[in-house]
Amino acid sequence: MPLIAIEGLHKRFGSNEVLKGIDLGIEAGEVVAIIGKSGSGKSTLLRCMNGLEAYQAGKITVEGTPVTQDETDLRHLRLRVGMIFQQFNLFPHLTAGRNVMLAPMIVKGTAEAEARTIAAKVLERVGLGQKFDAFPDQLSGGQQQRVAIARALAMEPRALLCDEITSALDPELVNEVLQVVKGLAQDGMTLAMVTHEMRFARDVCDRVIFMHLGKVHEIGPPSEVFSNPRTPELQQFLGQLH
Amino acid sequence: MAYQFDFVDVFKYTDVLAKGIAFTVTLIGVGGTLGIAVGIFGAWARGYSRMKWLDWTVGAYVELVRNTPFLIQLFFIFFGLPSLGVKLTELQAALIAMVFNLGAYSTEIIRAGIEAVPRGQLEAGASLAMSRLQVFKHVVLRPALQKIWPALTSQLVIVMFGSAVCSQIAVEELTFAANFIQSRNFRAFEVYFIATGLYLVLAILLRQGMRGLGNWLVFGRRSP
Ligand SMILES: Nc1ncnc2c1ncn2[C@@H]1O[C@H](COP(=O)(O)OP(=O)(O)O)[C@@H](O)[C@H]1O
Ligand SMILES: [Mg+2]
Repeated sequence: MPLIAIEGLHKRFGSNEVLKGIDLGIEAGEVVAIIGKSGSGKSTLLRCMNGLEAYQAGKITVEGTPVTQDETDLRHLRLRVGMIFQQFNLFPHLTAGRNVMLAPMIVKGTAEAEARTIAAKVLERVGLGQKFDAFPDQLSGGQQQRVAIARALAMEPRALLCDEITSALDPELVNEVLQVVKGLAQDGMTLAMVTHEMRFARDVCDRVIFMHLGKVHEIGPPSEVFSNPRTPELQQFLGQLH
Repeated sequence: MAYQFDFVDVFKYTDVLAKGIAFTVTLIGVGGTLGIAVGIFGAWARGYSRMKWLDWTVGAYVELVRNTPFLIQLFFIFFGLPSLGVKLTELQAALIAMVFNLGAYSTEIIRAGIEAVPRGQLEAGASLAMSRLQVFKHVVLRPALQKIWPALTSQLVIVMFGSAVCSQIAVEELTFAANFIQSRNFRAFEVYFIATGLYLVLAILLRQGMRGLGNWLVFGRRSP
């Protein structure tokens, strides 16, 4: 049984059908890259996986538990599946350390001292041990995104969903974030990441999913998908990148 | 013969003025604090509660207050409610009217601040397994208040000036005091000149106070 199992997923915004029947399983410890043109439904797929979007048909389960829109179920789900966004979304009124401490304290009831220890540890893990007391606007984009990763890690999720987490960064800052993600992958974290970093996908991911017009158009190990694209759509997509 | 100014005639009534200031400060202090609390609740109810009836009720309340004169609200509470068996002292009625009035205006002001908080912040909170109420309390409220703090301050000053209307039900606030002194010594110019000056000082102090409070509670970069 995959950690995240998706069957026949359909999602519409009004009359615009964005996901047209997705079947996908992500195993524990697996690192999956989701690639595809803008508008192909990559973000929507990730957002459905942690309940930020409701869906009309199909089924998503995480560790066997269905993803619904019931608030209690959602919170239970999100304890196991974290998400990192393109825009970092740090809480601007809190320090880096407090950004990380907040959810463990109010969601899990972790005592402040322990939350502080956890925050220091995860910030260290993303290379920002020194930035505990810095406010988001005092950090570079790359540092902010690493704090966002630390913030998600502090909840000890089983899987992380990453939606173009380096797309808002200046090119020279992309690598520091990817290095952190690579570290997580090596530590066995389950990752589903929408990305345009093809080299990263090739080097780090176990499988690559090419989305096209709301469907999983091609799927396979990076060696196959990148070296041997079977469909003209993927060939064209990869061709545009070079 | 030119009018002879005589301020000494007013200073005889310093105790009346002092009492007036005390009442005005009470009205704006208590009314302001509770009014803003109502505003925070109202903003939550309208934007976050997901309870249709509550959203609707608060919406109706806001429209009622914003589309009727404060004086009539005050008269209704003081003169009207006793018919329903609710008897209030002048001060109680005035405070309720102030809270009722400011609550509605600050509901709308705070709601605007809440709507200005980027959606991504809310989603980040939600994706960390926070409940909607936790997101509101810990993620949304402070940045929202930061955005609208100047507008809220202005509204408080307006409401403080509005408190002058409470003299109409014999709450002995500053305007009441001025009217009272003027009716005794007929020194209208002097009395209202001084009253104007006192309101000016109170307004400046209120703005300063709100700045201090804001720096401490809302903008404060405390790291705890
Ligand atoms: N909240 C929304 N409301 C309406 N349409 C949306 C919304 N979010 C995304 N869409 C539409 O869904 C389609 C897929 O979007 P998205 O999942 O963001 O694609 P991708 O991440 O692959 O670029 C697009 O056509 C987009 O306009
Ligand atoms: Mg997207």
